[in-house]
Amino acid sequence: MKLVTAIVKPFKLDDVKNALELIGITGLTVSEVQGFGRQRGHTEVYRGAEYQVDFVPKVRIEVVVGEIDAARVVDAVVESASTGQIGDGKVWVTTIDEIVRVRTGERGEDAI
Amino acid sequence: MDTGDTAWVLISAALVLFMTPGLALFYGGMVRAKSVLNMMMMSFGALALISVLWVLYGYSMAFGDDVGGGLLGDPFEFFGLSSLIGTAGLEGAFAPDNLVFTIPSLAFVGFQGVFAILTVALISGAIADRARFGPWMVFAGIWATLVYFPVAHWVFAFDGAESETGGWIANDLLAIDFAGGTAVHINAGAAGLALALVLGKRRGFGRDPMRPHNLPLVMIGAGILWFGWFGFNAGSALAANGQAAEVFVTTLAATGAAVLGWLVTEKFRDGHATSLGAASGVVAGLVAITPACSSVTPLGAVVIGLVAGAVCALAVGLKYRLGYDDSLDVVGVHLVGGVWGTVAVGLFASSATTAGVDGLFYGGGVDQLWRQALGALAVLVYSFVLTLVIGFVIAKVMRFRITEEDEVAGIDGVVHAETGYDLASLGGGGGSALTAAGQTRAEARGTNLPTERSRV
Repeated sequence: MKLVTAIVKPFKLDDVKNALELIGITGLTVSEVQGFGRQRGHTEVYRGAEYQVDFVPKVRIEVVVGEIDAARVVDAVVESASTGQIGDGKVWVTTIDEIVRVRTGERGEDAI
Repeated sequence: MDTGDTAWVLISAALVLFMTPGLALFYGGMVRAKSVLNMMMMSFGALALISVLWVLYGYSMAFGDDVGGGLLGDPFEFFGLSSLIGTAGLEGAFAPDNLVFTIPSLAFVGFQGVFAILTVALISGAIADRARFGPWMVFAGIWATLVYFPVAHWVFAFDGAESETGGWIANDLLAIDFAGGTAVHINAGAAGLALALVLGKRRGFGRDPMRPHNLPLVMIGAGILWFGWFGFNAGSALAANGQAAEVFVTTLAATGAAVLGWLVTEKFRDGHATSLGAASGVVAGLVAITPACSSVTPLGAVVIGLVAGAVCALAVGLKYRLGYDDSLDVVGVHLVGGVWGTVAVGLFASSATTAGVDGLFYGGGVDQLWRQALGALAVLVYSFVLTLVIGFVIAKVMRFRITEEDEVAGIDGVVHAETGYDLASLGGGGGSALTAAGQTRAEARGTNLPTERSRV
């Protein structure tokens, strides 16, 4: 079982969600996050005084899938979230030891 | 007595009073979230204290008979204002015994009182985030007594109007300051600079971001100031007449032009026309036209406004170069704008207006110009020096500034035991475990909050 985590531009959330639905993903979690990478931050100017804002708003998407689906999810996210501009984000995959569906107590792949 | 004039002046007084809460919003939105309440409380503190001082002896110091040299009114002539109450009662249709021009003296008292409040409140923008509230209130009372009341006498007390003899700028120097470019704006701006120097910079000034936490509040505040300013300027005609209308239009024209001036300046300099720039341009234009609103044509007002917007937009950067922390730009907007507007009377005054004087550009030579410059300089120097002295004495006697630890934590919680916003509490701001714990403690201290426990 794998956890696919993607950090993408906020305006791409809808595209990514639709792309994941198309390949049959039935659930995901999103959160608003802030951070920086190569894009760094941006500057704001108040009464002529420049302020460097280090953190850029992003959306984090988390999807739990079986072994086989992880690669397809990564491809779908990369394809749908890409603009070719700096700051498009990252996707990474981690291995999960155990999953439990809280309502039924199902474990492992059955709980996905 | 003229009932129309009286109605207009009373309404104008209420408009000007509204400017101080407007200023509280304007300033409050510009500071960080952790000091918004303290910023607003400095304005409300001035509202409370100066109202009382004005009734006690402030009006008398400003508008009582001159005690010599045009420097100060007799503090005891109208002490407590009881001597001005007199009306002819029911039989005489409440006709007042005391008049200033065509309005009851007490209408004039109210109108001028709200000017005093606003001027004191304006200073607070220079010392955001770091002044203890008690010493601020002490400062406000002493400053009004030693600086504002005398300067209002110099500028606003005309011979034979409120009492027999008035102040030197109004009657001897004959500088034109219709609604308070010197007495209000240069006065507050110079005091703000002095007080910023006394208190020192905020921790992290010029290094940490100190972004305005709520620009919509700033915009609302600027709107209220603009609205109230029509009472400030047009009400200063003290009559519902052609001069009030003339002043209304010059005030409108200069303010619009100043917003354009500010926005164009920052568009070229920084690349963006900002909302803070628009709000600041409103105030810069209003400040600049305040002394000049009765003496320039509407076209002259447009030029004064354009220059005010551009010059103030550039002047607000001075504090970073010179290293003084005038936090919300009282100097850059009120001092610079006030000096410009006061001097501009000497340049743009036209005898086609109700002031009836020609400035340099209208063939009047430099006669009015030097009078304006001298009036501006006198108020600037007097206010700056006295404020330095008052500030240093208060700082010596009662510790004006909060500690560094408190400044980092936020002045609202430390000085007022409140926070401006409850945006992030667990459980949506109402029934969280943390809130319930807080209510339990309030109950234990004898207050009657309706907690879950008290209902059980």
